[in-house]
Amino acid sequence: MALTVAAIIRIRNLYAVVMLGSIYSLLAAAIFVVLDAVDVAFTEAAVGAGVSTVLALGTIALTTSREKPPTHTALLPGIVVLLTGAALIYGTLDLAHYGDPEAPIHKHVAPTYLKEGPEKTGIPNIVTIVLASYRGYDTLGEVTVVFTAGVGVILLLGNWRRRSRRRERGGGENV
Amino acid sequence: MYSYLVLRVVAKLLIPFILLFALYVQFHGDFGPGGGFQAGVIFAAAIILYTLIYGLDAANQILPRGLLRFGIALGVLLFGGVGVYNLLVGGNYLDYSVMSHDPVHGQHLGILLVELGVGITVTSVMVNVFFTFAGYLAVDDKPAPGSKSPEESGRQG
Repeated sequence: MALTVAAIIRIRNLYAVVMLGSIYSLLAAAIFVVLDAVDVAFTEAAVGAGVSTVLALGTIALTTSREKPPTHTALLPGIVVLLTGAALIYGTLDLAHYGDPEAPIHKHVAPTYLKEGPEKTGIPNIVTIVLASYRGYDTLGEVTVVFTAGVGVILLLGNWRRRSRRRERGGGENV
Repeated sequence: MYSYLVLRVVAKLLIPFILLFALYVQFHGDFGPGGGFQAGVIFAAAIILYTLIYGLDAANQILPRGLLRFGIALGVLLFGGVGVYNLLVGGNYLDYSVMSHDPVHGQHLGILLVELGVGITVTSVMVNVFFTFAGYLAVDDKPAPGSKSPEESGRQG
């Protein structure tokens, strides 16, 4: 994955970058499977490696496939990124160890959900119970975000039918 | 794009299984891994694959844009509607226990409906975004009317 990221940073051909991004998503999906988060792996493989790659390719086809050379040095952004990364890594020192049963997150509501969830809903998949029932508001919010994104795209780009007709009427010089 | 025989045949073989898997993830999400989001994107991926191989016009015949726009709103409405229904029958918003005489059954039903709403919206949004992008491109590389194979147009018509 680190190799993929390094290549993405170096390469200026956006087509190759999109393909490398797809590979990165696939590797990330494999990591999620290793971590037993199959749901997330599904999403990562379908959205990251599939749909978003196709959308990025569509964007490239609409615009251009060469990245413009940078007009300024990357020194200041690089320093900011390094500082932020260092701060984040410093923050992880306070986190509980991975899989630690004494971690606060496993002490708060999680035992209740694990114990009560299947009894109250008759559904064995805890992820689904938390997502749809205990955290129904959050999921509704997420769906609304997706809805808003879809409406936004329709509003911004949805007039392609009219546009294409206009183009055809205009003599079709672009065809 | 429109004459790669291998791609067409392989896609035709794959797409039914992708769709079936999406439905499995959607409706079996209570028991196995999965749910509305995952099913939605897998379903959308199948449609997008179909569009890539067979062209936007063929895909539009299966999923008209009006239907997609309807679906975008329908999923959210289904989700919110379940919540409002719970309010009307005397529970809290999005508290599915009151949806049936048995709270456990009500929870199950509510989760199923809500996940269905999520799936519908996610599928519609994904496919619609892709159609919108592809619609801009299709103006430039639309196939000639005669380039469709007779078998294909017969199946579509």
